[in-house]
Amino acid sequence: MAQWESWSAFWDMGGAAFFVWGSYGVTFALMALELVLVLRRRKDTVTRLLRWRRAVGKDSARKAGASVPVMESET
Amino acid sequence: MNAPERSRSLFRFAAPHNFYPLAGRLAPWFAAAALILTFAGLWLGFFVAPTDATQGQVYRVIFIHVPAAWMSMFIYLVMAFWSAVGLVMNTRLSFVMSQALAPTGAMFCFVALWTGALWGKPTWGAYWVWDARLTSQLLLLFLYFGFIALTRAIEDPRRADRAGAIIALVGAVNVPIIYFSVQWWNTLHQGASVSLTKAPSMATTMLAGMLVMAIAAWMYTIAVVLWRARSMILERERHTEWVGAVLEREAQLKGGRA
Repeated sequence: MAQWESWSAFWDMGGAAFFVWGSYGVTFALMALELVLVLRRRKDTVTRLLRWRRAVGKDSARKAGASVPVMESET
Repeated sequence: MNAPERSRSLFRFAAPHNFYPLAGRLAPWFAAAALILTFAGLWLGFFVAPTDATQGQVYRVIFIHVPAAWMSMFIYLVMAFWSAVGLVMNTRLSFVMSQALAPTGAMFCFVALWTGALWGKPTWGAYWVWDARLTSQLLLLFLYFGFIALTRAIEDPRRADRAGAIIALVGAVNVPIIYFSVQWWNTLHQGASVSLTKAPSMATTMLAGMLVMAIAAWMYTIAVVLWRARSMILERERHTEWVGAVLEREAQLKGGRA
């Protein structure tokens, strides 16, 4: 730890702890949230489309364009 | 291999059924690279880069502020590029790419503003000023929101694609305004941190930390956008046989029940 005398000095960030950790904390929280939303969207899409395919019948799924209910798309 | 065959192989991945599995194979590698580079960048930024002579420790916000600001501008330009390709060539995948990029671009744009506010308070004495750089960056956030809201509000996907593409293209004018605002106007925000023509104005280790974090942001963006695009492709191509096959395989993986 060439830059820091101790861990407490590190966490204190020369008195700027709120500004530095506030920046890093919010950034990583948002990135983690985005990842969770993207992976959950995939699961939801697969589940919803499987249900839709069973509802319209596998063979008619291809031609069912006009009768498909509107698909909500989430983030 | 003759010329037509080669061009066909290049454009092969413009077809959703070729792009979908490729994206699925590539995304985890980009995610892994993002994770490794983030740890490397944080280590450089917090344990190798020295304390700033004038700002002390608070300058360490730079390791996310600058990469996030770069990403927010660059993602918008890439969105505009795919929108233009979509409008000219009428390729379905181009619009998917442009819409898959928007939420990540908006996220980085917000992060740039947020970290800028937290950096501005201790160094300028204010969280926010109506300076040309800050104002044009805020406009970029509204352009992202407008693009996302518009493409989701229009039910017909073809019309939504086109309307979004027009916002993306018109809004792209704002990106050079953001970038050059610090030269064109007398702003409180400092000038460019990195320039190709001048020697770097900061310590080499600071610069290295910033660049590694920027590449990490790149890798993260590519991974997340590929994953998001995959869901969008399934949705849009749901009438095709290949999506049917993909869904059946997913159902089997889950144990036969969805």
